[in-house]
Amino acid sequence: MYMKGPDQVPLLKVESISKFYGRRIGCHGIGFELWPGEVLGIVGESGSGKTTLLNCISGQLEPSEGAVWYASNGGVIDMCKAPEPQRRLAMRTEMGTVYQNPRDGLRMHVSAGGNIGERLMANGLRHYGRVRRRALNWLEKVEIDQERIDDTPGTFSGGMQQRLQIARNLVTGPRIIFMDEPTSGLDVSVQARLLDLLRGLVTELDLSMVIVTHDLAVTRLLAHRLIVMKDGKSVESGLTDQVLDDPQHPYTQLLVSSILQP
Amino acid sequence: MKKQFKEQSETGSDRSCVMEGYNFAYLDEQTKRMIRRTILKAVAIPGYQVPFGSREMPLPYGWGTGGIQVTASLIGPEDTLKVIDQGADDTTNAVSIRRFFSRTAGVHTTTRTREATIIQTRHRIPETHLRNGQIIVYQVPIPEPLRFIEPRAKEVRRMHALKEYGIMFVKLYEDISRHGRIAKAFDYPVLVNGRYVMSPSPIPKFDNPKMDCMPALQIFGAGREKRIYAVPPYTRVKSLDFEDYPFEVERWSKSCALCGSEHSYLDEIITDDQGSRMYVCSDTDYCSLRLAERDRDFQPGFKDEIRASGAIGERKCT
Repeated sequence: MYMKGPDQVPLLKVESISKFYGRRIGCHGIGFELWPGEVLGIVGESGSGKTTLLNCISGQLEPSEGAVWYASNGGVIDMCKAPEPQRRLAMRTEMGTVYQNPRDGLRMHVSAGGNIGERLMANGLRHYGRVRRRALNWLEKVEIDQERIDDTPGTFSGGMQQRLQIARNLVTGPRIIFMDEPTSGLDVSVQARLLDLLRGLVTELDLSMVIVTHDLAVTRLLAHRLIVMKDGKSVESGLTDQVLDDPQHPYTQLLVSSILQP
Repeated sequence: MKKQFKEQSETGSDRSCVMEGYNFAYLDEQTKRMIRRTILKAVAIPGYQVPFGSREMPLPYGWGTGGIQVTASLIGPEDTLKVIDQGADDTTNAVSIRRFFSRTAGVHTTTRTREATIIQTRHRIPETHLRNGQIIVYQVPIPEPLRFIEPRAKEVRRMHALKEYGIMFVKLYEDISRHGRIAKAFDYPVLVNGRYVMSPSPIPKFDNPKMDCMPALQIFGAGREKRIYAVPPYTRVKSLDFEDYPFEVERWSKSCALCGSEHSYLDEIITDDQGSRMYVCSDTDYCSLRLAERDRDFQPGFKDEIRASGAIGERKCT
């Protein structure tokens, strides 16, 4: 669990982020703080601006308004205005992004070992043996058979591809992971296994995480806090259990009541 | 320049075959100026690919249009041109490019590496050490070393700008994990002056060490891709490798069947249907010089004749 010390600063501070696509609103006036070790869930229906928000705060999309302050190891930087080299360095060492579609996050024609090793080599590791050892180590951690290290992700199942993406991002020991619908497209048993793995890694590595999903079960399992989005705006936020057990906004009530009870 | 050209063509040995109606060295002066500006910029930023307005040339893309344009912009009436293709002076491409310049510029051409001031090459660097003052022009098919790993041109440019070359090592990693060694045998990527990763054009990796701190100016022209880049004299050129898998060049258990060289790049030639083969130097000029030298040792009378031809005299001034 995360702890808020008196002298700590939030890892990520988002100040009223807006993104407009012409006259269309992507997301509007959203702000929150993310503390070390905290998992934040962003839920909402499709088209509500979840992914836009995630791309804005992870430095992949320039927001129209607002600021994202990130407390990197080298001091606080504004992810929207920092010079590109600094921003990209932070993005490839201290941050990670797991995409909904593994094809966006993996190099499909590069072996699993190469995929995991890419960030290490990008950060200056020039020793094949060490890259290889770290890759094997991470394959084991994400429960992929080590013999598959030289196979390309194309030969992996959907769940394995997602786990490989996670390994590829975690290999440099980042502090924040951004996840965009990591479990959609996986069947229920595989989802459960992936979530279990994620929960383990978050506690083990003291990771902070922003997880975008439309699946309330995922947030219930992983997220400490929740932001509910509708039409690009945040309609409700708070502790996960609080929001899910006692939804205030009509839209959240609708969302919660729409879960099928088996 | 035109006046000089006239003088040259009157005194030069090739004046009979210089074509009428073309500007000196085929390209118009405006274009040459544009290419020279590009070359200056390329030399100023070693290894950086400078875009230029590549022209249509009277030969197809892939036959050396980039190299020809660079040579045409550099060449003057006093220059001596050598053209090689796979190390050989007598292959079709080399012969026709040499003829192109002797007909459009009336310059002297040679097969002797030592005598040339400009050497245009495809796939090889001559075995003879180049000296300061010479220019070697490479014909480049694909100038972008990151192309096959990252197909997005915009992203690749950004990677160059920010010196993000981790991805290049992913390629080498893949080679080792698949073949147990870095299997790339030609177009082996290099780091120029500690800054830009550069494709050395499809030369064998055997030639990569020759690029390091070479006294001659190296210019690379890619006609289809419209890029020129350069390595100034005495610039560090390092072949990329891993600490535990260092860069190595090819070695042969054989020596050249003609001249007996054990230090040159060898071509394997199949001589009959029974699978007999021989290994010979791919650099024909180097091989013939060594042969001439050997003959000189055997036949004292022959010595003066060769010396008169300039072949041996040139080799002495190392």
